[in-house]
Amino acid sequence: MFGVQYSVTPTTEHRTLNTEYGLMSTVLKQEKPSSLKGENTPVKPVGETYVWVTAMGLAIGLAMILFLLALILYNGIGVFWPRHVALIEFAEESDTRFHGGTRALGVVVLEQERDVRDLTPEQIASPHAVDRREKQLFMGNRDAFGQAFAFFGAGDIANITYPRHVIRAERMEWGDAIFFPLRIERGDGRTVSADDPEFEPLLRRLTDEAVARRKEINRIERFQIGRINLQMRDLELEDRFFQRIETLTEGDEQAWARVRERIEVLQAQYDPLAERAGALRERQRADTLVYEVVTGQERQMPIGELVGYYYPNQLSVIGKTRLFFAQIWHFLSGHPREANTEGGIFPAIFGTFVMTLIMSIAVMPFGVMAAIYLREYARQGPFVRSVRIAINNLAGVPSIVFGIFGLGFFVYFVGGSIDRMFYDNALPTPTFGTGGILWASLTLALMTVPVVIVATEEALAAVSRGVREGSLACGASKWQTIQHLVLPASAPGILTGLVLAMARGAGEVAPLMLVGVVALAPNLPIDGMFPFIHLERKFMHLGFHIYDLGFQSPDSEAAKPMVFATTLVLILVVVVLNLAAIMIRNHLKKKYAAGTF
Amino acid sequence: MTANRDTPTRAAAPNDVQQRRVAVSRSAAATLEGVNAQHIQVKDYSFFYGPTQVLFDLTMDFPERHVTALIGPSGCGKSTLLRNINRMNDLIDGISHQGDIQIDGSSIYDPYLEVISLRKRIGMVFQKSNPFPKSIYENIVYSLRVAGRNKKSELDETVETSLKAAALWDEVKDRLQESAFSLSGGQMQRLCIARAIANRPEILLMDEPCSALDPIATGKIEDLIHDLKKEYTIIIVTHNMQQAARVSDKTAFLYMGQLIEYDETEKIFMKPSEAQTEAYVSGRFG
Repeated sequence: MFGVQYSVTPTTEHRTLNTEYGLMSTVLKQEKPSSLKGENTPVKPVGETYVWVTAMGLAIGLAMILFLLALILYNGIGVFWPRHVALIEFAEESDTRFHGGTRALGVVVLEQERDVRDLTPEQIASPHAVDRREKQLFMGNRDAFGQAFAFFGAGDIANITYPRHVIRAERMEWGDAIFFPLRIERGDGRTVSADDPEFEPLLRRLTDEAVARRKEINRIERFQIGRINLQMRDLELEDRFFQRIETLTEGDEQAWARVRERIEVLQAQYDPLAERAGALRERQRADTLVYEVVTGQERQMPIGELVGYYYPNQLSVIGKTRLFFAQIWHFLSGHPREANTEGGIFPAIFGTFVMTLIMSIAVMPFGVMAAIYLREYARQGPFVRSVRIAINNLAGVPSIVFGIFGLGFFVYFVGGSIDRMFYDNALPTPTFGTGGILWASLTLALMTVPVVIVATEEALAAVSRGVREGSLACGASKWQTIQHLVLPASAPGILTGLVLAMARGAGEVAPLMLVGVVALAPNLPIDGMFPFIHLERKFMHLGFHIYDLGFQSPDSEAAKPMVFATTLVLILVVVVLNLAAIMIRNHLKKKYAAGTF
Repeated sequence: MTANRDTPTRAAAPNDVQQRRVAVSRSAAATLEGVNAQHIQVKDYSFFYGPTQVLFDLTMDFPERHVTALIGPSGCGKSTLLRNINRMNDLIDGISHQGDIQIDGSSIYDPYLEVISLRKRIGMVFQKSNPFPKSIYENIVYSLRVAGRNKKSELDETVETSLKAAALWDEVKDRLQESAFSLSGGQMQRLCIARAIANRPEILLMDEPCSALDPIATGKIEDLIHDLKKEYTIIIVTHNMQQAARVSDKTAFLYMGQLIEYDETEKIFMKPSEAQTEAYVSGRFG
């Protein structure tokens, strides 16, 4: 196919040209045989067919990645955009009913063709395509209806309106509620009707107060009482230690007395705090919002249960935008509620971040040192070659194997030994002898260390022999050469390895499930309580969060938007971590760029 | 003897330069009596890369504060000999040697001698200039820093004297903190020379220092070699016959790892005693 193209090379053409340019014409003749003169034989364009083949490979890859990103972006961001609430009335003649009524209230989240197996013969025969379609409605009020989503035949809908006074409220429990407000019943017996112009400002004020109170309760219970509990736990361990000793010396008696005294002091601090939290909780239940759901049923809830509310059908574009960003912020900064299906994912973001950082801190020196020995000091031979092959293969071991190794080695062996040595009093409750962020990070570090070793070795090998010899000729030792010249010059390459390792580590889930990740961690691995970094704590992770939401939650339909949003955040976290490493790398590259002549 | 040296015209008229240089060499050779003629002694030295012998029973002395050129066709072992003087070949696996090389009468292979302290006495300039990816300043003071000398005043002084000795000071004194890679090829090679002499070595080894440079830069480096020999024992490997004739006082011709002839440069180029030498210096082979 390609071989025939030059067979048409003319042999006489160059003589017809000006002889002064004889040399050039020869060149021309070889390059473009057909352009010289009126050749009648058509010449195929030179065969670069593989340009298309290779470009197609890239295009397919790019298209898949862009499609995936666009899908996640659309679904992940779309969750937070406030949408109108539709009041749907079913045609009298259709047999579609919702809890016996002809009305349904909710957000239309999906409209699609019905599965043909669900269609009746009449619907199949119907001339109207709309009869074969269905709408999915998010109705909220899981407490009242028992379900939050429902499908309705599009053809049965007689009328859709958007009533202005409908409220969509986010609650502490049972998910969102969508309703028509009736009145507020105050704790002192007064009542404010929804028709009253005072109603809206009052509801706003009471909600804000309730949110502030909830923060206060949280502060008291999580931090102040939490701190006391932490100290109390240590003291109780000491108490138990003394109880176990059969013959106490004088000094022991005094120490024990001091411990018990401090327990009492802490107890004295604890009681007023608990009392105050109880009073605040009581206050949360004082005011009640009475409302009517679409079936006509009257329901009520304490305003203390409200997280926030809005009138979805009264929002302007600016209002929607503001709400959009507020909801994104709540999602990113909040703690999860209701089996993770509501609220925010902050602990998971934080856990992923901290775990990846600890992993990087662990994997970097380890991998770099190994690579330096392998490349700079070890005598290159069959043994070093086989070690290198082994390392490369280690990178291909399934991650779950590392998880099992981490569980057996780090958690049970190392952690168990630490517990026996330093946390003897707490046993049989394990401290380090159970999964935790440290063991998870170390397991991932072990998993990604081959990546760092391989990248570092390549970077070290790329440092020119000339620079090394120049350094040695200056009287530098081998280590000085490595320290002053080789390592700085290979820093960009080493960081590339770290980027790869982080990208792999941050997105890994399977091994983590064995060594410390949990669906809901009560505390963050880093907080304001001494010693601030709690490496033994279990933690949340975005990847596991996605798995838990999408496949372990009771209502996976309700969790779907959260799955997309969490996926988006996970991708963003990985991108942010990588960008940081890439920026450091480029900075170093500029600094140590090897010049050419 | 340096009063009428004029770098640009020299580079432009190599023949003129050559004649003047030969004259210079002759006058320098006349003072050989005043110096240690056996600064570096190579004694029955043979060298092997694994089973392959590349140097055969070399015996020669390099005089103090003179320039000795090593010439010969590619693969004749002249670079190997040069790189053995500061034991740079130790980096290669599977090497071995017989005989000895001595500096001031003491062997470089003395087991009680640390190779680092040997290299501190010997500066080396490589074929391809190899500035470190650091600033000009840090390049020069590198040998001091690795020796643990970090006093600012000492470093500053070293930078100035070394750059002046390498005839680079005027060109770079205002940009010492810039990257060494911002220099031109000739400047980089002079920077490498400045770096090699920063630690005040006794000996300067040059492995084809001008092979990658243009005639103007080459001229500058040759002038520099001429100045440096007042203080340093210089051994230079070169492929350029004219350069050998211009810069060196003594010339050794190596062929297939053997020392064919070693004598005053003038004699090697004017009336060599060996037929092979004559064939090589007149360009008939090699």
